[in-house]
Amino acid sequence: MASLLTRKCIIVGKLTKYVNDYTKRLSSHFIYYPDNEKPVAGETTKMNMMQAINNAMDITLRDDPTAVLFGEDVAFGGVFRCALGLQDKYGKDRVFNTPLCEQGIAGFGIGLATAGATAIAEIQFADYIFPAFDQLVNEAAKARYRSGGQFDSGALTVRTPCGAVGHGGLYHSQSPEAYFAHTPGLRVVMPRGPITAKGLLLSCIRERDPCIFLEPKILYRSAAEEVPVEDYTLPLGKAQVLREGDAATLIAWGTQLHVLLEVAQMAEEKLGVKCDVIDLMSMLPWDEETVCNSVKKTGRCLIAHEAPLTSGFGAELAATIQEECFLHLEAPITRVTGWDSPFPHVFEPFYLPDKWRCYSALAKLIEY
Amino acid sequence: MALRIGVSFVRLNYLRHAVRLLSTHTQPEVINNGGSISDFPGARAPYVTEMKFLNENSYDLIPIYRVMDKNGEVIDNREDPNIDKDTLLHMYKTMVQLSQMDKILYESQRQGRISFYMTNYGEEGIHVGSASALSHRDLVFAQYREVGVFLYRGMTITELVNQCYGNCEDPGKGRQMPVHYGSKQHNIVTISSPLATQMPQAVGAAYALKRVPNNDRCVICYFGDGAASEGDAHAAFNFAATLDCPVIMMCRNNGYAISTPTSEQYRGDGIASRGPALGMHTVRVDGTDALAVHNAVRRARELALNNKPVLIEAMSYRVGHHSTSDDSTAYRPVEEIQKWTKEESPIQKLRLYLERKGFWDADAEKQCVKEARDTVVRTMQEAEKKKRPHWKEMLEDVYYDMPPRLQKQMNQMEKHLEKYSEHYPLNQYQQD
Ligand SMILES: Cc1ncc(C[n+]2csc(CCOP(=O)(O)OP(=O)(O)O)c2C)c(N)n1
Repeated sequence: MASLLTRKCIIVGKLTKYVNDYTKRLSSHFIYYPDNEKPVAGETTKMNMMQAINNAMDITLRDDPTAVLFGEDVAFGGVFRCALGLQDKYGKDRVFNTPLCEQGIAGFGIGLATAGATAIAEIQFADYIFPAFDQLVNEAAKARYRSGGQFDSGALTVRTPCGAVGHGGLYHSQSPEAYFAHTPGLRVVMPRGPITAKGLLLSCIRERDPCIFLEPKILYRSAAEEVPVEDYTLPLGKAQVLREGDAATLIAWGTQLHVLLEVAQMAEEKLGVKCDVIDLMSMLPWDEETVCNSVKKTGRCLIAHEAPLTSGFGAELAATIQEECFLHLEAPITRVTGWDSPFPHVFEPFYLPDKWRCYSALAKLIEY
Repeated sequence: MALRIGVSFVRLNYLRHAVRLLSTHTQPEVINNGGSISDFPGARAPYVTEMKFLNENSYDLIPIYRVMDKNGEVIDNREDPNIDKDTLLHMYKTMVQLSQMDKILYESQRQGRISFYMTNYGEEGIHVGSASALSHRDLVFAQYREVGVFLYRGMTITELVNQCYGNCEDPGKGRQMPVHYGSKQHNIVTISSPLATQMPQAVGAAYALKRVPNNDRCVICYFGDGAASEGDAHAAFNFAATLDCPVIMMCRNNGYAISTPTSEQYRGDGIASRGPALGMHTVRVDGTDALAVHNAVRRARELALNNKPVLIEAMSYRVGHHSTSDDSTAYRPVEEIQKWTKEESPIQKLRLYLERKGFWDADAEKQCVKEARDTVVRTMQEAEKKKRPHWKEMLEDVYYDMPPRLQKQMNQMEKHLEKYSEHYPLNQYQQD
């Protein structure tokens, strides 16, 4: 026993060193840039993204008696606690657990929407949305079209946590926006923080098209913003220009947007140039006008996303930009993305399009 | 139902049989239309003139087969599998090793040494009971809470701990989260997080084995009560039955899928009731009784090798939290957890059985626990010294041969790291 104790002490000693190394690895790869501008006037409260999403669903359940919220483990609040307290407040018939079956969740949601209810479905992780792919891509997306406008699944919103968290490995890290952005009839949306999350989620819920609402899970608790307490929406299909400059256009969404905000700051400090930074927010339909106007102004464009390079959503942006802005371009459009491999566990720091990869690409883009 | 062999398998091929085998108390009055049986291709069932809906109460509850009582005493001596002493001790020691590993690795996650962990508390009996009844050559498809099967087959604590650390000796090369073990050598297919995906795969593997001349191998597939709700689960059962596959579908029904209790996961009589409905031999066992599980799997293996697929529902209780990301006191009473920890411990039951046989005593126990703990602690110290694999492993194994486009990306990253090396934790990874 004594020997075991000393051994344990040695381990604790080593542990401290190791934990330090480890925290370095797990520390997030970005700095969070909170939104300071309020989308509407009036009272605000400090909320993190999880609370802002909770608040949007609370408002929906309060004001729309047909609205229901469901998914795996949603009754106790969901594994990320976005639905916390809502079952107590609105009852078990409105906020409930489903059996463990994503295709069931999506199909059930489409059915609710078809029969006039507002459906907010949670898929526990975006990595697990693929069993629901058929229901979303073949059914939700095409219901209006194939029925000549008689039926639709517009009242369905599918919320799902996505993106890197530092230790998620293959199946708790993916960003599947491009798969869905290839599907006419769907809307694909990703917020960058609490304020956009609340406004965009309320838009998705009320929008008359089915929406896939991707929530970068690392942002749930990473930062708080002063979020308006009252009901407000942010337009779908519209991008936001968050920084203005003339040297280049930087485009991202979700967590990656914060990486590019830092890169823009680095470019200002190290290269003495200013860039437009655009949060695309909606991947489908996407805001061609805002993006192309910016690139026409700057003549240079860098797109960054966590998902792999090949057939990532950056490919769609790049193709359209070169078509629309060809004569304005001073350099080839650059993409900085996850590599063309599954999302790896211990290699995450090498996999992500972090600020150094983005900065290096931007420096080359500007020198070109 | 023939209960003599102890394990009773239920098969529902024809409604006639089902009525006889299953519905002991609400047998529909069969008023034969001149004794005629229908000719419908979809159901060759008798005609009746009385309309009767069936529901979950139309059948008796499927009983839970057990060999031992709470005190490790064999209830009916004819059911004692009389496993040889070495095997019994290997089973027991594996359980002890497993629970010590769980304790220490769970703790190590709390301390930030590994990023994630899942314990197996309460389900050790299912692991060793099934593993001991199989050939090591039988192919295993696991969910994630079956590491006792890996241990029983001889995968070392070192290999398992290296996987959890994702270091350069992790057989999975650091690519997956902790507990996603796999071992070609031990015939255990690498674990994947998306639930139930392994189920139809196991059935396909079984079909491939069946086609091997003189096949003497079967496949066992483990899955949870939650995973059983996935579409893939239904596909697996149906394929297994219609394609006569040598497969054992082993459900670990531990009462919860994260926070979702089985009462919200299914109606009807558990997972077992689906077996006869789909044409599989089916039995329900007490998963806290390693001997009962052993008997069930031994018999199931015989059936499987005759290309009769089997569904086993092993009842247990998930004593630990779902994972290190979960706090189960948010959705279940502490007393419930305690009851199962204290009264129905599979480890304790087997220990009492061994003691009765004179194979085990307090000294042996002390020694075994100490060795088990020391092995894990020592292994962790070693694992911590090992670097993570070279970062280039990130892009290997995507394809058999690396395509030029990926090669190009690797070159880009290499150049980038030359210039920006100070911003990457390269010293924690193996280098050229
Ligand atoms: C397709 C899919 N959906 C959701 C998840 C998230 N998830 C991981 S484990 C789990 C619960 C599984 O419960 P069960 O099958 O009963 O096994 P147990 O954890 O109880 O052993 C869930 C929902 C997943 N891994 N895969």
